[in-house]
Amino acid sequence: MSKRKSKEKSPPIGECISQVQALVRQRLLQQGHPGRRCGVEAQHKHLVELLKRTVIHGESNSALIIGPRGSGKSMLLHDALEEVFAVKEIKENALQVQLNGLLQINDKIALKEITRQLNLENVVGDRVFGSFAENLSFLLEALKTGDRTSSCPVLFVLDEFDLFAHHKNQTLLYNLFDIAQSAQAPVAVIGLTCRLDVIELLEKRVKSRFSHRQIHLLNSFSFSDYQDVFKDLLSLAPGFPDTQFSEKWNENLQVLLENKTVEEVLRKQFNASKDMRSLHMLLLLALCRVNVSHPHLNAADFVEAYRLRNMDSKANILHGLSVLEMCLVIAMKHLQDIYSGEPFNFQMVHNEFQKFVQRKAHSVYNFEKAVVLKAFEHLYQLELIKPMEGLSVRTQREYRLMKLLLDNSQISEALQKYPNCPTDVRQWAMSSLN
Amino acid sequence: MMSAVEHSPYPEEKLQRLEKQAICREAQLSTLLAIFGERSHLSFPSLFIYGHTGTGKTYILQTVLSTLELPQVFVSCVECFTARLLFEQILNQLHNHCPGPENDFSSYERCDTFNEFVRFYKRATTSQGLENETVYIVLDKADVLREMDANLLPGFLRLQELTGNNVTVIFLTEIAWETFRPNTGCLEPLTIYFTDYSKGDLQKILSSDHPEEYSPEFFASYINILLGVFYTVCRDIKELRHLAALNFPKFCEPVVKGEAKETDAHKLWRNIEPHLKRAMQTVYLREISSSQWERIQQEDREASQLKGLSAHAHVELPYYSKFLLIAGYLASYNPARTDKRFFVKHHGKIKKTDFLKKHEKTSNHLLGPKPFPLDRLLAILYSVVDSRVAPTANIFSQISSLVTLQLLTLVGHDDQLDGPKYKCTVSLDFIRAVARTVNFDIVRYLYDFL
Repeated sequence: MSKRKSKEKSPPIGECISQVQALVRQRLLQQGHPGRRCGVEAQHKHLVELLKRTVIHGESNSALIIGPRGSGKSMLLHDALEEVFAVKEIKENALQVQLNGLLQINDKIALKEITRQLNLENVVGDRVFGSFAENLSFLLEALKTGDRTSSCPVLFVLDEFDLFAHHKNQTLLYNLFDIAQSAQAPVAVIGLTCRLDVIELLEKRVKSRFSHRQIHLLNSFSFSDYQDVFKDLLSLAPGFPDTQFSEKWNENLQVLLENKTVEEVLRKQFNASKDMRSLHMLLLLALCRVNVSHPHLNAADFVEAYRLRNMDSKANILHGLSVLEMCLVIAMKHLQDIYSGEPFNFQMVHNEFQKFVQRKAHSVYNFEKAVVLKAFEHLYQLELIKPMEGLSVRTQREYRLMKLLLDNSQISEALQKYPNCPTDVRQWAMSSLN
Repeated sequence: MMSAVEHSPYPEEKLQRLEKQAICREAQLSTLLAIFGERSHLSFPSLFIYGHTGTGKTYILQTVLSTLELPQVFVSCVECFTARLLFEQILNQLHNHCPGPENDFSSYERCDTFNEFVRFYKRATTSQGLENETVYIVLDKADVLREMDANLLPGFLRLQELTGNNVTVIFLTEIAWETFRPNTGCLEPLTIYFTDYSKGDLQKILSSDHPEEYSPEFFASYINILLGVFYTVCRDIKELRHLAALNFPKFCEPVVKGEAKETDAHKLWRNIEPHLKRAMQTVYLREISSSQWERIQQEDREASQLKGLSAHAHVELPYYSKFLLIAGYLASYNPARTDKRFFVKHHGKIKKTDFLKKHEKTSNHLLGPKPFPLDRLLAILYSVVDSRVAPTANIFSQISSLVTLQLLTLVGHDDQLDGPKYKCTVSLDFIRAVARTVNFDIVRYLYDFL
């Protein structure tokens, strides 16, 4: 109620901002939203062709879509399915089964899910199956009864395909590929995976039944394509209710595209990864900063968003340590330098720290051993140090061998930024070998 | 700072209340509000919020979600140590279902696998009418998720895609995202860092809840002194707040007694500083419990009189067990080549210079105990004990009972009967105390102290 009231009061600009946010967020976050296809035209055509052959001609097929994370595998499939199912008769005639390796972690669950998605639950429901195999054979029977011409084609989409290859005996994969190969009901098995070596994971009998049709999505586009995508994602379509606002927004976007700072940010992002999803994240973060008092994006938004996305987390954690913990980190760094990467225990670190306290520092840092041990355990809790052997009660806390998970440059950089760092501590850190 | 909060689409009084509640967290608050957006907007699939303990991660999330009355689920992963508990807890909270005596403490639905969870989740959101709103699932102490089923973490990161609903999963933890990433990758969350409080921030927050009998300035000066002592060691606000509450009666004691006025800063400081230093050695390490500490303050005793937990390290053992432990300690911390020199009466000539080569090596008390075979333990035992010891079943059972007491440990579990190896895991102070009770000068036999 109160929400509506505030909306009425707010000027139309607020309304526009809200609409822009809703629209662009939808565009950036929703799965399978049709975006610009960057250099995947051939793959798209191939996939559509393949699916059409199954759905229209009743040919059984199998294919794997392989590409790194965020390269648009699901989007490609989604687009292709939409294109194939555009005809109403086809849509009514074909069935889809969506499986995900994260959800269906074993064949039993996968089988249940297939039954559910094919709406065969009521058929299977009353029947008591002795085993997994019986259930499977019944389902297959249901598929087998039809022949190439009369039965309804089924499209199996296996997301996270590599996880299905870790199932026991790969029963599910074997059976699916087996149906696809022999002349039974027409099925298409489409696997999506990010592992390039996924074929090596398959058993020999499964591999031999697979058609070895692979569609690779390898992010092969250039920086100018990247910029085009950037523009596409943010620009407002002509259908936007407030034309004045959308025109201004698009103009502003054009200005941004020519801006050197924005280009630099994009270039940096592009060099780090060509993955579209990281671009989406960057844009979303920038978009979050748009509000009524700041209705248009500017270069600073992108710089800030880039900064937020690319913080060194270890440096952040080091920044929050107490002086004592920092001293221990420095002592560990010295130990690592002296003994060239050998693991250390608390006793050695304490010894090193004690040497510093007695010789170089003021007596202020003279803490009891138990206090130092508490600081050491905090470092362990933050996973800045890692025990060499597995956690066990078998060794005393002081003598457990540890390894430092920080780089020397990280430590020295963190020390530069450390607020109110005592001078003697900083000097001790500099004098690496004593 | 104000402006960012001002312009979000939520009612103004609520935002102002939020702003008042989040001391020194304005930046984080405005970031979160901007990211959340409006109720109906699609939000990020997952946020990963990390920061040190006591930087207000849980507090800020809880206040934001409850003040704005957003649909939320708050789960601690430590409590829900299996996947099933986790799923059922989330579904219970979505259905506003609370396990209690009236329903035999059962949860709303039985849900064993992630597959079922996704299905039930969809059903829950439709039945509760939450399709058009962002639902926030907050997983506190998310580091525990890594040790649970391998599909949990990637699954939760992808929950928005898997359910097709508008859901944001928020992970709260102290540890950086890099250690979470599964080796086949996953959908990357948006990481947000909750910065640590600076000294000024701590001062401000701790001073904000001052007792009513005294002026704010008085309490602020106390906090200042407290931070002066503890800041180099501890930056955890919970710990500091606890210490502040504990030691405050001592600080105002001179004022109560009339020895000093509230403005006598120096006098008050002189009174409290040694007290706080003692507190660091005792209460901070939980040597003395907080209630004991309060009692000491009330009775006006000297704070260090009481023996702490670690002072009770003395254990009463049987005679042979003591010698077994001493022999174990000697075997652990002395190199085997020096046994002849220590324990054989007529060991022939060993050059002192050869023997004392050790100083170029690091001492064994730095490297920790070394494992030794059972035979060596027995040999040292026979030579250390003056009278004749028969290797009876008693002796051997005492060895294994020392292992169960964790005074000795068995190294490498490959062989139980035939030639087991042991390590001695007691400290030098402990073994000296034991040796003193049987009149044995252990330091004379230790290689490090020669």
